[in-house]
Amino acid sequence: MQFLKTTWNHTRRSPYQAFAAVFIMMQTFFVVSLFTFVIFGSAKIINYFESLPQVTVFFKNEAKQEQIDGLKSQLEGTGKVAKIRFVSKQEALNIYRSQNKNDPLLLDLVTADILPSSLEISTVHIEDLNSVSDTLKNSDFVQEVIFPKDIISNLTSWTNAARKIGAALIVVLGLDSIFLMVIIIGIKISQRKEEIEIMRLLGATSWYVRWPFIFEGIFYSAGGAIVGWGVSCLILWYANPLLSSFLGNIPVLPVSPLFLLELLGAELLLAVILGMLSSYMAVLRYLK
Amino acid sequence: MIKVDRVSKTFGLGTSGLIDVSFSVEKGEFIFLVGTTGSGKTTLLRLLIREALPTHGSIFIDDWDLVKLPHHKVPHLRKKIGVIFQDLKLLTDRTIFENIVLPLQVAGIKPPQSTKRAEELMEHVGISMHRDKFPIQLSGGELQRAAIARALVLSPDILLADEPTGNLDPKTSKDIVKLLLDINEKGTTVIMATHNADIVNHLSKRVIALEKGKLIRDEKKGKYAVS
Repeated sequence: MQFLKTTWNHTRRSPYQAFAAVFIMMQTFFVVSLFTFVIFGSAKIINYFESLPQVTVFFKNEAKQEQIDGLKSQLEGTGKVAKIRFVSKQEALNIYRSQNKNDPLLLDLVTADILPSSLEISTVHIEDLNSVSDTLKNSDFVQEVIFPKDIISNLTSWTNAARKIGAALIVVLGLDSIFLMVIIIGIKISQRKEEIEIMRLLGATSWYVRWPFIFEGIFYSAGGAIVGWGVSCLILWYANPLLSSFLGNIPVLPVSPLFLLELLGAELLLAVILGMLSSYMAVLRYLK
Repeated sequence: MIKVDRVSKTFGLGTSGLIDVSFSVEKGEFIFLVGTTGSGKTTLLRLLIREALPTHGSIFIDDWDLVKLPHHKVPHLRKKIGVIFQDLKLLTDRTIFENIVLPLQVAGIKPPQSTKRAEELMEHVGISMHRDKFPIQLSGGELQRAAIARALVLSPDILLADEPTGNLDPKTSKDIVKLLLDINEKGTTVIMATHNADIVNHLSKRVIALEKGKLIRDEKKGKYAVS
């Protein structure tokens, strides 16, 4: 308790240094939070696309039901198809309606005629996708063949890149924070040299002198983590409508409050480790 | 209780602080350490609290060999010895109460015991009314009393006072010395470094005189200067 009181006094007596330390840590944890959102969000997007059929084929308006049934039978006959489902124009309209039930204007504009009927296909082996796709593309009444596989591989490579950039940025900012914290705590130790000398002459042990500085490092770091997390959550909340309209049906938003709390907990743990490490380095360096 | 045996202290550029000094002190003694500025009084006191180590010789306080005392035991030694520093070493950004309670906090004594003990000492040295004032708001004599209270708050066996009457008027000096005599009567060993000849001559206590780092006199009922 005494250590915490001393820590608070140190912070109160040099507020600008305290602010600088918290601000530096805030930047690091802000970036940690943002990249966590990006990485977890993109993982959810990938999962969504992985849950979709492997191939979707849309038919031209003039395609007749017999032609579609013939193509379906032909594909089933190859033995390469694990699952195949026909989606009629009416079913497509129903899906569209359920997806846009909150927007009456969109519902009024669309009828079953303008939506294409389709086949959703999953193959037994992923390598059969190409031959199935070729068969489909050769049909005259096929309008478009969509491969979610391409989307997934693109997304995966983007996510991997984001993950690598995020990790590199976090490492650089983390190191920056540690070095700056060492300097700030070092300045504080230098400012209190006389007080430290007097405490030692009065019988203070090394750890009695060290603990308030170590708590100070943890305090700044945890403060930075809370502010950085808070700012990133505010930005997420502010951008929520924009992101929701961009992502459409992909179930990423809203972000669960439990996830945000878990993120805060993990960041606080990281903050304690960073703060303790940097202030301990400062103490070893300046309190010989 | 204290045994200083053939102690010498040489500083960085070869300057001698103390040369072959030996003496011993019994429990409950009151000793004046006299000598001109630079004679080695403060150096000797610094060696007794292990703020510095002797270049040669040994120092024992009870069973503790200060030369061989491990670093982690130094705080224990310092809690046994109260020190009134020449420059007082009061923390200017803390109140008088906070300064006096500091050694108790350092020793791990928590409120309300620490508060009670600090207030007792403030009462004893007569500065209770200045409890929440800062050092800058007190006179020289009051600051000296605050430094004495801080030195005594852990009930030390030994009290080292480095020129506690320096820069004080004669009346305040006498009050401070009276306070130190009271403390000594209660069993605390007191070693007081001083330039104040009147006080030394008036009290006729043991006098250890240093000159240019050498012990030149050790008299049971001594005077400031050889008559």
